Amino acid sequence: MQYQAATTTDSWRTTSNTGHYYNYNGYNYSYNYVPVKHHCPTITTDPLERVAKLASQNAVVIFSLSTCCMCYAVKSLFSGMGVNPTVYELDEDPVRGKEIERALVRLMGSATAVPVVFIGGKLVGSMDRVMGAHINETLVPLLKEAGALWL
Amino acid sequence: MGKGHFENWGESAIADNSQQTDTSTDIDTDDKNQFNSGQHGGQIVVDSMEGSMGKIGDPKILRRLAQNREAARKSRLRKKAYVQQLESSRIKLTHLEQELKRARQQGMFIAAGASGDHNSVVGGNGALAFDMDYSRWLDDHQRLINDLRSAVNTQIPDNELRILVEAVMSHYDEIFRLKSIATKSDVFHMLSGMWKTPAERCFLWIGGFRSSEILKMLGNHLEPLTDQQLMGICNLQQSSQQAEDALSQGMEALQQSLVDTLSVGFTSSGNVGDYMGQMAIAMGKITTLENFLHQADLLRQQTLQQLHRILTTRQSARAFLVISDYMSRLRALSSLWLARPKD
Repeated sequence: MQYQAATTTDSWRTTSNTGHYYNYNGYNYSYNYVPVKHHCPTITTDPLERVAKLASQNAVVIFSLSTCCMCYAVKSLFSGMGVNPTVYELDEDPVRGKEIERALVRLMGSATAVPVVFIGGKLVGSMDRVMGAHINETLVPLLKEAGALWL
Repeated sequence: MGKGHFENWGESAIADNSQQTDTSTDIDTDDKNQFNSGQHGGQIVVDSMEGSMGKIGDPKILRRLAQNREAARKSRLRKKAYVQQLESSRIKLTHLEQELKRARQQGMFIAAGASGDHNSVVGGNGALAFDMDYSRWLDDHQRLINDLRSAVNTQIPDNELRILVEAVMSHYDEIFRLKSIATKSDVFHMLSGMWKTPAERCFLWIGGFRSSEILKMLGNHLEPLTDQQLMGICNLQQSSQQAEDALSQGMEALQQSLVDTLSVGFTSSGNVGDYMGQMAIAMGKITTLENFLHQADLLRQQTLQQLHRILTTRQSARAFLVISDYMSRLRALSSLWLARPKD
């Protein structure tokens, strides 16, 4: 299982409103940056975009809280299948954690934000969806397609 | 130390005597005789005093005192016996309440709304309501199964059989719906499995049956199966087992976290605020417990649905009959065990 911080060390790209392309790394330098006439934010702060971005970077992505036992169960399920998911513990992210949590609550339409599972960049859902997919034999094909399982 | 004082003393002594003993009634007459006789030793010669202090060796007084002691002792023994009787009645009452609950679960409705359990009126209502719903559900289930059995035996056409199988399937959905409502009302009752019979409770897993066990039990009774079906059943057994393991591990983590929450700060210097804070956290974890029970029920429901998907109509019919008969045998075992002769 790989644990990554959701904010500090990843690099990500986004296009500004004017269509100019720029790159931000943790070291605060940029290249290919063309100054634009009006002010535009250097970092897109929409948390859902961030979620989608993080979800697309690995085959299996789980948004979790270190104290959440249902998250522990989901992680157990994947481990038991021999899958190695990328886990983002939102309570260990002091900068972005809370807002990603709130975004997930809105996304899932439930009171609890976590666990939320993405496979191959696509949203699968919470524990019930993951389990249901496993039982009705749609989970394994999804995992194989995303390259998380080879059997 | 006036004379009057002594007289009061004496009088009160006499008065005390008469209160203490309910057997000796001849105090006054004795005292009066003593007063009149006028033969006293000792310097403090007061009429009333003579009655109690002057004749210490008097056998009547000795007898009276002995009777006092005896009466007091008997009174204490009677009180003790009464209290013991109260205690055993209380225990008996608790047992009767438990038996009543059990009898209700087995479908014998005793008309009495009386429940002495004031503390859990809300929770108790949810539990009681579910117990009654479950009992009714079992009756309906039995009726559906009987219809299914005769249909299988008389070999009716598949499309008619399918209707009956679908009916059993929807009826299973119904119990999961009822369990879902009851879980939100009384998670501990649902987890305890008290609504099931004792033998069934032996095999309880997070408030219900273990899907993987049911599938294993079904194993040989489903033949003949196509290769594809066989693979489907094997996959289902494996995936349900994996899901069960995951939920079990989550439950263990939850239990440990609850222990940790309740173990914070046993020192006497802990303030009420901290205590209430920890309790609030613990309450949140009970909500998570509801979630786990819900997931376990979902797993059971999804397993049955997948089974139904894999099998043909006739195979599904046979599968439902086997499952139902197996559960019936477990329940029968409970009753037989309860009714066994004890020596």
